[in-house]
Amino acid sequence: MDLLSKYDVLGAFWVTVQLTFYSAVGALIWGTILAGMRVSPVPLMRGIGTVYVNVVRNTPLTLIIMGTSLGLYSTLGVVLTTKSDKDLLFLPSNNFWLAVLGFVAYTGTFVCESLRSGINTVPVGQAEAARALGLKFTQTLGIIVLPQAFRAVIAPLASVLIALTKNTTVASAIGVAEAAVLMSKMIEFDSQYLFLIFGIIALGFVILTLPTGLFLGAVAKKVAVKR
Amino acid sequence: MRFSKGLRIGAAAAALAVLAACGGGSGGGSGLEARAKSGKLVVGIKFDQPGMGLKTPTGYTGFDVDVAKYIAKELGLDESKIEWKEAPSAQRENLLEKGDVDMVTATYSITEDRKKKVLFAGPYLTPGQDLLVRANDTSINSPENLNGKKLCSVKGSTSAAKVNEKFGTQAGLQEYGGYSECLTGLESGAIDAISTDDSILAGYAAANPGKFRLIGKPFTKELIGVGLAKSDTKGRDAVNKALEKMMTSGAWKAALEKNLDKSGYKIPEPPQITEK
Repeated sequence: MDLLSKYDVLGAFWVTVQLTFYSAVGALIWGTILAGMRVSPVPLMRGIGTVYVNVVRNTPLTLIIMGTSLGLYSTLGVVLTTKSDKDLLFLPSNNFWLAVLGFVAYTGTFVCESLRSGINTVPVGQAEAARALGLKFTQTLGIIVLPQAFRAVIAPLASVLIALTKNTTVASAIGVAEAAVLMSKMIEFDSQYLFLIFGIIALGFVILTLPTGLFLGAVAKKVAVKR
Repeated sequence: MRFSKGLRIGAAAAALAVLAACGGGSGGGSGLEARAKSGKLVVGIKFDQPGMGLKTPTGYTGFDVDVAKYIAKELGLDESKIEWKEAPSAQRENLLEKGDVDMVTATYSITEDRKKKVLFAGPYLTPGQDLLVRANDTSINSPENLNGKKLCSVKGSTSAAKVNEKFGTQAGLQEYGGYSECLTGLESGAIDAISTDDSILAGYAAANPGKFRLIGKPFTKELIGVGLAKSDTKGRDAVNKALEKMMTSGAWKAALEKNLDKSGYKIPEPPQITEK
């Protein structure tokens, strides 16, 4: 088992966890905003939301992540870190946040579509009643519709979260030091353990995603709106 | 569970067919020379390294390719009879051990670890780690100038980290999936230097004339050899003979000049054959 002592497996997976966490929080917020746009009464907002979701959702993730690094940073000079340009941690930190930005932009579309299906589970009568009471669109959405919609889509959102966890390996394309980068490093220097290395990395992801699925599955059952 | 008779017969026939296919895979005897006599040679090369091994719409180019063609010619085989197969770094030993390829010329460094699994002939090139910078960037002339600069290499390789270790510099490290992404960053100024074997860097510099400059001060030395199956000592002697002839006849130098021209790469003296 000198593989585990030679390489910082835990450290690499910790980066994976951090990537997943920040991307998940960001994607949840961005996806909610997108869903709000797609059901809003303003045609322009609906149009923008629809075009954004359909364009970004259908773009390969590798392309988006490469775009954040080669397009936003290399070409346009966008910097997302507070570290100085000369700092050794400048590139790792900047790459990390560029990757998070890419994941939020991409995963937000899936959160949006899940949420929209949840909104459809709330009977139209409730929204109509809210309007009749004089609530504004934002109030109707925020107080009446979204809380019920969220409770209905915990299970699909768990699938999105699991997909996101595994998608973070794409960040290796721009050198974020997560599990997939470690895997290429291990294969480069210890190729005789090829299948063991695959096993270790796969096991790591199962350890991360399996409990997520089980836990959120249980939560979904508990909070589902009984109709 | 019950299967119909037809299904069982079908399954048995399929199993037999698979067995037969496995048995017939390595026909024509073993060893490089025997394979060459049978009229076909499978050679593993890189498909994505300009100057060394590159797949183009019209065929394969690069120094590794030319070396393989020369060896085949010396074994009495026409180059059109060579079947080229991609040999990514991590799979080269595997391909040779399974007999999927007869010979590997894919910037294959001779190391003690690899010698346990495969047999090497050569070396036919001794590149060193070097730096590639923008042609108009005069601030970097040796690895010591890298303080506060940004250095790029591909993921899974430690060539960039090695520079910081060796020279005590504080260069920021960027890793990408491939060297072409590094080049994009180098061109736009987001990256200041790329570090890996000079033969690889020279290929990129030659492919983009006038844009990039090779420092030309290699600070490590590697031995690039021809990989063969572990038991094929006769094949190794034949390959060594071919390589020796290539180096003394001037074909070696001509091939290097053809593939790595216009890059600032200095054509070295041919190396001594050490794998005997």
